[in-house]
Amino acid sequence: MAAIADGVRAGKLRARDVAAAYLDRIERFNHALGAYLLVDGEGALRQAAAVDSAVAAGRDPGPLAGVPLGVKDIFVTHGLETTCASKILRGFVPPFESTVTDRLGKAGAVTLGKVNMDEFAMGSSNENSARGLVRNPWSLQHIPGGSSGGSAAAVAASLCAGALGTDTGGSIRQPAAMCGVAGMKPTYGRVSRYGVVAFASSLDHPGPFGRTVEDVAALLEVMAGVDPLDATSIPAPVGAYRKAVQSGRGGGLKGLRLGVPEEYFQPGMDAEIEAAVRAALDDLGRAGAELLPVSLPHTKYAIATYYLICTAEASSNLARYDGVRYGLRAADAKSLEELYARTRGEGFGWEPKRRIMLGTYVLRAGYYEAYYGKALRVRRKIADDFTVAFTKCDAIVTPTSPVPAFRFGERMGDPLQMYLADIMTVAPNLAGIPALSQSCGFTKAGLPIGLQIIGPALGEEICFRVGGAYEARTDWHTRLPPEPATQTSSERAS
Amino acid sequence: MSRIKPEEVREIATLARLRLTDQEVDRMTVDLDAILGYVAALKELDTADVEPMTHAVPFDCPLRPDATAPSLPLEEALRNAPRREASFFQVPRIIASGSGGSGEDLP
Repeated sequence: MAAIADGVRAGKLRARDVAAAYLDRIERFNHALGAYLLVDGEGALRQAAAVDSAVAAGRDPGPLAGVPLGVKDIFVTHGLETTCASKILRGFVPPFESTVTDRLGKAGAVTLGKVNMDEFAMGSSNENSARGLVRNPWSLQHIPGGSSGGSAAAVAASLCAGALGTDTGGSIRQPAAMCGVAGMKPTYGRVSRYGVVAFASSLDHPGPFGRTVEDVAALLEVMAGVDPLDATSIPAPVGAYRKAVQSGRGGGLKGLRLGVPEEYFQPGMDAEIEAAVRAALDDLGRAGAELLPVSLPHTKYAIATYYLICTAEASSNLARYDGVRYGLRAADAKSLEELYARTRGEGFGWEPKRRIMLGTYVLRAGYYEAYYGKALRVRRKIADDFTVAFTKCDAIVTPTSPVPAFRFGERMGDPLQMYLADIMTVAPNLAGIPALSQSCGFTKAGLPIGLQIIGPALGEEICFRVGGAYEARTDWHTRLPPEPATQTSSERAS
Repeated sequence: MSRIKPEEVREIATLARLRLTDQEVDRMTVDLDAILGYVAALKELDTADVEPMTHAVPFDCPLRPDATAPSLPLEEALRNAPRREASFFQVPRIIASGSGGSGEDLP
């Protein structure tokens, strides 16, 4: 990514040629992967041409000049269809632009198109998209992870240089781990949610994907910062994230204390993942970090707490899909009640329906305190665990996912099994603290393994420093998946 | 013993303005029952003295200045409407016919 931006800024590389090369790869490989829902070739070439003109005129094209991005279809893009991979929002062409995509565009980045995801970001496998599967570039029979599966797969398969995702319970880090790329969920409020279709407002975190942690840092530097259009965005200065990566890469980790929570290394986790993460911990120790055990005793309650809170918030946020102002509308409804109920019944997929139902159930009069109120109290205890741990250590290191990418259909029949795929990622969302995932190895079957680095609130720089130090000592991030078979011209025509 | 029955699922679906088919009600009953069984584990924790945490970041609700500003142009606001009439979103009749009006339902 830096090579593209530096080359374009120096006038050695044309943004238009870069965009055209990526569009060509999308044309050849997207049919096999399903990562993109919508490719905006014309728009991308137009944006790239504007960057080239700026360079030619001697104007600064921005730090991300010509960097081609895949944008998760949850970010609202002016004039470009935004569907959240749902049927109910099909055909919605937004009249405004999200703050994040606006900032990236002004920094010179080029949007190639909208990438696939689980419907309304609800899922851990990208099997819940109303628009079709995304395949894992490392093995086409395996899921890419979810819900930002399209973003992770597109970066892994070089169908973009970087991508945007959102993480409500692990939806950036888990697919990043399963596709062998880097991804970060920043501190809650670090990145504006304006123009990001809401799923669970107190848990939704927009964030970047890249091939390396430095790419992720470069994107976050542009995305982050207070936004007057989002009342929950934090008015804190944005850190020097790329510098933090470079300092980790150059100076090692001397003086840094890394906590290893026993609760994240329980029996039952995949043996190959445990071995890879333990080896990564050894590498971090050799880089100068002091490793020490810490305890996060309420970890086992995180999934239950998460599902009560996220479904309660989702049932409220998804109330806006009623067939009146945008999206699908059921035909021939005789009353307004019927219009709402039928539009929603016909328009939502099974997972949003299940979450709306659970959320409505737990918010009901008489049940509210027993479920939702209880979950909010346990959330406090989970967040307090981190506060206590961070008095002893500077960052916490864990696996990102207890299992590698699973096969399609393997967990679809069992919602609880599916929810457990997020067991190592949900707690930082409840606490609102930053966490980075990067590649730390492969299983014997060739599937990527992810390492998670969790920092204290607004401690993105510590995560990046650790991530940079790890990347300097390993080469996992340089490995590329095999290219899928190219579609023939006759297949394309049919 | 099941924690939730199909009748209750139908009731919640009505509250959620979500029409479910009979098969969906059956499947939803099974799924919600399993999930509610799982989340019941939270009961074992004593949280009597714990302050609920609604948000990760404490913030005051800021108010914008009470000043007029241009809003979304009408055409833009209505561009995605599945049905519109003049400058309105069109919905089925809400008020019963009889006092004026044609009484016709939407086509």
